[in-house]
Amino acid sequence: MSAANWRKAMNSGAGRMAMTARPAPVASISVLTGHRESEPVSWIGFVRGQISARHVIVLTLLIVYPFVATPFFTFQIAAQALALGMIALSLAFLGGYGGMISLAQMTVAGIAGYVVAIFGTSASEAISLNWPWWVVVPFAVAVATIAGALIGWLSVRTEGIYTIMITLAIGVAFHYLTLQNYSVFNGFQGLQRVYPPTVLGIDWRSPIPFYFLCLFFALAAYCAVKYVIRAPFGVALQGIRDNPRRMRALGFHVTAHRVTAYAFTAAIAAVGGVLFTWYNGLVTPGSVGTSWLINVLIIAVLGGMRHPIGAFLGAIVFVLLQNFAIDLVDRERFNLVIGGVFLAIVLFSPDGLVGLWMRLKRRFGGVESR
Amino acid sequence: MSVQKRVFVRTLVGAAVVASLGLAGSAYAQETIKVGLLATLEGPFAAGGADGMRGAELAVRERGGMVAGKKIELVKASSDAKPDVAVNATRKLVEQDKVQVMVGPLSGGEGIAVKDYAKTQPTVTFINGGSGAQATTLVNPAENFFRFNTEGAQWMVGLGNAAYGKGYKKMMVIAEDYAFPYSQVQGFMTEYCKAGGKVPLKAWVPLGGKDYASVIARIPKDVDALLVVLGGADAVNFLNQYEQAGGDKPIVGGSITVSQDVLNYRGKRRESLLGTMSAGPLADAYDGAEWKKFVADYKKNFPDGYPSPSLFAYVYYMNMKAALDGLAAVNGDLSDGGKKYREALSKMTLKTPTGDVKLDANRQAIGSTFVTEVVKDDKGNFYNKVVRKIDNVNQTLGIPAAEFKIGSRDVPDCP
Repeated sequence: MSAANWRKAMNSGAGRMAMTARPAPVASISVLTGHRESEPVSWIGFVRGQISARHVIVLTLLIVYPFVATPFFTFQIAAQALALGMIALSLAFLGGYGGMISLAQMTVAGIAGYVVAIFGTSASEAISLNWPWWVVVPFAVAVATIAGALIGWLSVRTEGIYTIMITLAIGVAFHYLTLQNYSVFNGFQGLQRVYPPTVLGIDWRSPIPFYFLCLFFALAAYCAVKYVIRAPFGVALQGIRDNPRRMRALGFHVTAHRVTAYAFTAAIAAVGGVLFTWYNGLVTPGSVGTSWLINVLIIAVLGGMRHPIGAFLGAIVFVLLQNFAIDLVDRERFNLVIGGVFLAIVLFSPDGLVGLWMRLKRRFGGVESR
Repeated sequence: MSVQKRVFVRTLVGAAVVASLGLAGSAYAQETIKVGLLATLEGPFAAGGADGMRGAELAVRERGGMVAGKKIELVKASSDAKPDVAVNATRKLVEQDKVQVMVGPLSGGEGIAVKDYAKTQPTVTFINGGSGAQATTLVNPAENFFRFNTEGAQWMVGLGNAAYGKGYKKMMVIAEDYAFPYSQVQGFMTEYCKAGGKVPLKAWVPLGGKDYASVIARIPKDVDALLVVLGGADAVNFLNQYEQAGGDKPIVGGSITVSQDVLNYRGKRRESLLGTMSAGPLADAYDGAEWKKFVADYKKNFPDGYPSPSLFAYVYYMNMKAALDGLAAVNGDLSDGGKKYREALSKMTLKTPTGDVKLDANRQAIGSTFVTEVVKDDKGNFYNKVVRKIDNVNQTLGIPAAEFKIGSRDVPDCP
């Protein structure tokens, strides 16, 4: 079945399929609303159809932001949130649109980070190979993408809780590998002083350039996800999420679609991982430990799994909490605040911050969100 | 309607939480000096980190919270012994809270990462908290990073000879696998190997490990004793499991293995710690008058603390005291980006409860080390009895700087 035919066939019921988990009124926020039938998905047409006033406003704010904010807010809050947001976005896409919760997304990001450190430059001269950055970075993303696809290939035959278990197992195994291997991963201390290169006379680690670097890739990842969601592949993936058996009966290769989804998200996580490693300036087993595996899930859930933008919102809230919770409550109690806020958001809005926002809009604005 | 109302109330609650986050910070009086304080309040060293904070606070309280007429305002942050978390917390203190003096962090890897960060902030003065990795001040040191505590290798000076003298001719090393225990093992083995001792096997275990069965199974039958360099919960876990496995070899401990937070562990097997030798920058039972006063002050100020200040409380105290003494020496004047202040710090002779501390050319402390043994007092509290005090221990352990190699998994070696 060709892609166009498939779309036509699906359009009638796709809204329902995409949102089966939601009660009836919410179904109007279908992922497919606004997509006109039978029109070929052209790049430019797609972009024009997607951009609205609020996108322009948000983009302007994002561009102005680093010139207004302090270097601390530019680098530690915004840039970190963008890098983390990308990793969470990869999980949000996989979970929200593919129905597969993988805890190994941080592992994929960590693999990219380790490749950058091992093949690029770091403080451990005995290990690092000092390849130039323009070889190392694409190579790191490629390696991590392949690794992500392999993780996917291993875990796609499982469902629900078992996917979580197997990806968690892979993540923990990689954590212990990095912890106990000294010849390549340098053990507990990991690899230090892994910094972005100085290109075009710009030190990409200083706050503003690094912010824009993160912003560029975060936007690219966001747009890529937005595009894929509506592309034939994404629609098929959502179909598989909702009813794999029926999709198989329709002639779709379920496993191939799922593995491809893993590979696609792995590429996003890998870019996020490289940026996150550069942000920290180091990669250690702690960066791929269980706490981070779960943090990524928390960020995605905070923002709302079914909304690509949610991953970034979740990351902002997460980073703000991590930094400022200790100012609210003294000493060892501050983790309580972090936990409390997470609990509140998840309890009051199962669809995360974006879900909360949409409910508010319906409640008070009376405007149907598109 | 009730549903609407409920959603509205919930939204308000949510909004309040978000708003309160935004309001955190700002509003400070004029004549204050902000001092950042970073310790591990999470992770494997949470107990030690909390006591470190007590030590630092004690140093501030001793001066009534004032230096040269200016109020000292402590801004605290926490990490979990991971270098990236420590750097994030430090960056927040320096760049967001605008501290001019920074005290911390607690553990070895963190210290190296914070030192690297210090280079990007030349106008802020960084003073170590409790971290004891050698590389922090030996490799690529930062001009504005000071360490008024002696580090891991220095803390073990004297123990090698003492262990050999006790008749331990062959020992196995069990230590956590990162920079600080490497230094500790080096400090021990440099002397021990020179004296003629043999170390046929070193087991490096991950930090925060729970299961030591495989390590215990590997202990050779013919070793006389074990050198155990594990910290906090790890030490307690190991000791428990070793006892349960029927182990009976005497134990020689690292500086944080038998620190106060381990001695206070209420497990039923704690008796096994009796007789354990170790070495470190402090000893509970040291009878110097200054030290006794320090212990009394600690107890008075922190009734919820330990019966005697732990190593972390003490090193944080020393470093915070150095920070404040330095501030007093320049009259609290940091207007030149702390240049004068750092000069004063480099030249200072710090009076500590265990004797004078001076800095070497890399801004690393030269100080005293105690060799101790665990004994029980009449109240049933365990404490470290002083066997020997060694003064003027420098960072290269008396070896000329050119020949000195930083401790690692394989350095030094005497199988």
